Amino acid sequence: MRLIKYSEAINEGICEAMNSDKSIICFGLGTTDPKAIFSTTVGLEEKFGSERVFDMPTSENAMTGIAIGASMNGIKAIMTHQRLDFFLLAMDQLVNNAAKAHYMFGGALSIPITIRLIIGRGWGQGPTHSQNLQAWFAHIPGLKVVMPSTPSDAKSLLISSIFDPNPVVFLEHRWLHNSLGDVKKGLIKKKIGECNVLKNGKDITIICMSYLTIEAIKASNYLEVKGISCEVIDLSSIKPIDWDSIFYSVKKTGRILACDTGFTTCSVAGEIIARVSIELFDKLKAKPLRLAMPDVPEPTSFGLTKGFYIGAGDIARKCLAIFDHKTDNESDILPEPVPHDIPGDWFKGPF
Amino acid sequence: MEESIDKKKLLKTMMRIRAVEEKIAKEYSQQKMRCPTHLSIGQEAVPSAISFCINKNDFAVSTHRGHAHYLAKGGDLKAMIAEIYGKETGCSKGKGGSMHLIDTNVGFMGTSAIVGNSIPVGVGLALSCKLKKSDQISVVYLGDGAVEEGVFYESLNFAILKNLRVLFVCENNLYSVYSSLDVRQPKHRKIVSIAKGIGAKAEQCDGNNIEECLKVCTYAISTMRKEGGPFFIEFATYRHREHCGPNFDNDIGYRTLKEFETWKLKDPISNYQNRLLKEGSCSKKDFQYFAKEIDDEIEEAFEFAENSNFPLKSEAFKGVYS
Ligand SMILES: Cc1ncc(C[n+]2csc(CCOP(=O)(O)OP(=O)(O)O)c2C)c(N)n1
Ligand SMILES: [Mg+2]
Repeated sequence: MRLIKYSEAINEGICEAMNSDKSIICFGLGTTDPKAIFSTTVGLEEKFGSERVFDMPTSENAMTGIAIGASMNGIKAIMTHQRLDFFLLAMDQLVNNAAKAHYMFGGALSIPITIRLIIGRGWGQGPTHSQNLQAWFAHIPGLKVVMPSTPSDAKSLLISSIFDPNPVVFLEHRWLHNSLGDVKKGLIKKKIGECNVLKNGKDITIICMSYLTIEAIKASNYLEVKGISCEVIDLSSIKPIDWDSIFYSVKKTGRILACDTGFTTCSVAGEIIARVSIELFDKLKAKPLRLAMPDVPEPTSFGLTKGFYIGAGDIARKCLAIFDHKTDNESDILPEPVPHDIPGDWFKGPF
Repeated sequence: MEESIDKKKLLKTMMRIRAVEEKIAKEYSQQKMRCPTHLSIGQEAVPSAISFCINKNDFAVSTHRGHAHYLAKGGDLKAMIAEIYGKETGCSKGKGGSMHLIDTNVGFMGTSAIVGNSIPVGVGLALSCKLKKSDQISVVYLGDGAVEEGVFYESLNFAILKNLRVLFVCENNLYSVYSSLDVRQPKHRKIVSIAKGIGAKAEQCDGNNIEECLKVCTYAISTMRKEGGPFFIEFATYRHREHCGPNFDNDIGYRTLKEFETWKLKDPISNYQNRLLKEGSCSKKDFQYFAKEIDDEIEEAFEFAENSNFPLKSEAFKGVYS
């Protein structure tokens, strides 16, 4: 066992990749500043020099295009933004260029860029610092989208993303940065498009991603005590998505709850429910369930975010309902921590 | 013109903004203002000067660092503090927080947490004024970082093209978060020269000298009112505290203590106080009197915020559409 933090795993992943391949560059606003993007880029400039590791102007769209251009000539770029929301300025380069180039030029080009985007939550991040837009990215043919929930996946998926010949959107949840996990040394890779079956069970398949994985595990432990055996699937890759494993699991359990950190309408969870319903309609023992964030921007106020996020309690309640479990004080099941707007004592705001 | 300036009022405007920001800094550790908060301490002179040359019905839009701009435009203090506290009485009903301030009663049309985001909005407000044949102007506050966004060029270009009355106020404090201008823009090229190059009337100004600011802004705005068209001003300024949050951050290593101290010596408020003392247009007693008046107002605003309720949880789900 070698326990390290998610943020350290990211840093290791970049280091290992850059060590093994001189064509890799790493940039983003704050990459070389003292805070080093929540410590994920610490020491990189010292190790690899300022030609390969550099800060950038506040120019998200142009810098994405610049990464694309460099990648056409053999450079592999890792670009990071401290919030996903800031990267929305670059949707033109991402969607009209990066995602299309390989196809549109008949295979003459590949665009091996990795775009790390950090998703914020809590401490009043509010409407434009907290968006989980994985479904947007997954909607675009030509993009790969990953959302690691463990330090090991963070490192191995990042390395795979960097070496993937396609543009990969790599989504990190700010609340995961301090989580600990066992991470192997060296240049470890994980196949993009493979999920993690975190827990085997026989009664219901719970599908989750990113920070919600932690909540789903909590819920499944609770449900186990209540006699409901959950199979927990952490998607890890959003696109391509591991349909084989999802179908295999649902065939076994006959029930599905798809959870999503994004808005409900057109969510990844919605897509999963659609595909499962189409492919496995006759295998389902109960109606398929979805639990995603409401179609509402995240408000800023401490008062308004109380109970706003879906969590372990919501997951547990959904599952109990499907089995007609009657419990007293339903609303008290797995309550959110107090205060609800920070992931732990390590996070004191403001960002 | 010298004589007609209300120097005391100018000073008091700056002192009020400073005192509000310092009170926020002081109380922030109580963990009741739970949102990213960017203070304007050190940057009070520019918005204060502007507040003397524009009218209530002129428009302004601003950025994540918007407290000073909101207050200088006449934004309601109580509603701002309540917003930072996340209360239902806040100017955005708790939905927006420190980075989303608005007071439409005084033409303050909102701040944005996304760099460059409000620049075209300010230009659009100016377009609406032109369409309505009004000579109102629109003030767009932006930082040195926002100049690096494409939308800045696109917006300035359109404002020039359509001869729109937009005052672009660029507060160059040398940093975008912890990234200094050196790693973001070419050495020796001035931001003001970009604006000129695109074809805007543009000036540079010491953002720590409020009378200088007032002079340049008065000239810019009277030119705009007469001839139409945008005006761009780059102000040299400096934030004293950390990028986001209430503390000082000279220890973390992105800027030197020497640099900080050099700029601190140029502090717009203490320098102006000294100047007014020397001129004899103000006494120390005056300062104390202003401070007291301001403190009373601020105490009341914080009390108001503390005593206000959080919005009902159900409010989170309302107001997505109008
Ligand atoms: C599009 C976008 N990119 C990055 C950020 C992160 N960010 C928040 S404030 C800020 C600083 C911008 O610098 P400047 O415009 O000079 O304003 P200052 O903070 O110095 O007042 C940055 C980069 C953001 N909010 N939006
Ligand atoms: Mg700046």
